[in-house]
Amino acid sequence: MSLAAYQDAFAQALFLDPEDADPRVAHLAAQPAFAVYRNTVMKGCIDALEANFPAVTRLVGEEWFREAARRYVTSQLPREPWLLTYGATFPAFLSEYSSAVGMPWLAEVARLDRLWTCVHTAPDDAALHAGALALDPASLARARLSPHPAARWAWFDGAPIYTIWRRNREQDADASQIDWHGEGALITRPTGAVQWTELEESACHFLNACGLGLTVLQAMEAALEVDPDVDLRALVSRLIEAGAFSALTTPTEVTA
Amino acid sequence: MNQKPTAGLGLKPRHFEQALECRAAGLWFEVHPENYVVDGGPRLAWLTQIRERHPVSLHGVSLSLAADAPPDAGLLRRLRALADRIEPFMVSEHLAWSTWRGAYRPDLLPFPRTSEALARICANVSASQDALGRRLAIENPSHYLRIDGHEWGEIDFLAELARRTGCGLLLDVNNVFVSAANLGFDPRTYIDAFPCAPLMEIHLAGHSRDPAMGDKLLIDSHDAPVAESVWALHSRLVARTGPRPTLIERDDHLPEFDVLLDERERAHDALRELAKAA
Repeated sequence: MSLAAYQDAFAQALFLDPEDADPRVAHLAAQPAFAVYRNTVMKGCIDALEANFPAVTRLVGEEWFREAARRYVTSQLPREPWLLTYGATFPAFLSEYSSAVGMPWLAEVARLDRLWTCVHTAPDDAALHAGALALDPASLARARLSPHPAARWAWFDGAPIYTIWRRNREQDADASQIDWHGEGALITRPTGAVQWTELEESACHFLNACGLGLTVLQAMEAALEVDPDVDLRALVSRLIEAGAFSALTTPTEVTA
Repeated sequence: MNQKPTAGLGLKPRHFEQALECRAAGLWFEVHPENYVVDGGPRLAWLTQIRERHPVSLHGVSLSLAADAPPDAGLLRRLRALADRIEPFMVSEHLAWSTWRGAYRPDLLPFPRTSEALARICANVSASQDALGRRLAIENPSHYLRIDGHEWGEIDFLAELARRTGCGLLLDVNNVFVSAANLGFDPRTYIDAFPCAPLMEIHLAGHSRDPAMGDKLLIDSHDAPVAESVWALHSRLVARTGPRPTLIERDDHLPEFDVLLDERERAHDALRELAKAA
């Protein structure tokens, strides 16, 4: 038997009952010690998912989580040879799986856990300081704000996903009633550690526009569209303070 | 910190502060590079800080050198970037496979030691050494299964791998003990026959009995202190080979840093005595 044929059969047997293993590795799958490999592979994947989705785990309990994770692992082994970022498609998997058990919003909580991992492992860059905005209004309007490589944000229509996520991520004992309305979240890494804050819909739209490479004026218009009363100055200061941007490019620099 | 690395410890996030501050002579730290293949962020900053004060070894677990396929190019690129940043004094991997047909299975999987496998692993080790710009030390695995179709004994296989690729070897003494118990051979014979010249590093760890099979199956669990029988094999090994950097591995049931440091001190003392005697 070639090495490749052996590896095909062995890899398959890790997820089969011993009696269903390919005849070429049947003598291995039949040994009780084969379970060591079967268990190590499964446990390694499930432990990684639990580490990468702590808010989901706390919300549903370890037993429920590990069963969901086991099903996910069976359908989707890590595609990269490391576990640090395993689970990119776990939120999508949960949206199907958890709907079936009456928790349709669970996938969105998983999305925030996933964004946390993205922020944690993103490239380093200096965060933009408020002083950078000291331009004449006309130049500022035409300038572009670049989102920081370690900034992620999301708006959740109609459900308080941020509060649910935050309480579980922070292991907050607060179990008071949550108002059921849409919420946004901003996750950043301005000084090394990952941090998070609630974001209103106008601010999410502002960041979306910046992410598309639009001008500050266009981003402001996007924010005003969802909230005509928004305090734009306060909105921008708050985003800068949270480390949401890495650069401000003025029109002269663009043409230079 | 300017002394030659003697005995080292696996680096655990929980022990970061103490690891950073510790000034024990000859102390070094080993990490799995797969936990640091990130673009940036606190993890990498943390390892960089440790490296400013201590020698660091990168001990890979997922290059899948024994797979009948080239190692993952993306992983090699990231490992190279990490190695260039950290400047490890040692880079090691395992005689095992884990990634196959694009999917990673987090374990060190066994294979029949055939001439075909040897040729493939030699090609993979050479490609990895070229990509990393560094010599690799390849570790002997723990064995749980009786595998049909071996054409080579493990020591001959490793020695030939080292001869053909110029790689070094990492001898995990606990793996020898566990494999000897599970497959029924004398660990002393293995230790005595292991080639001296390519030996670059030694691993020591604790093992445990399988919950279902008890004494019939020992597991390389890294969840207990190094067993006395494993310490005895270590003494026997280094008496013949001379001192080599020796790592105490501990992953589960993690005790306080000082407890690990005491265990590490025992290996350090043994290595220092040998160095003095030489």
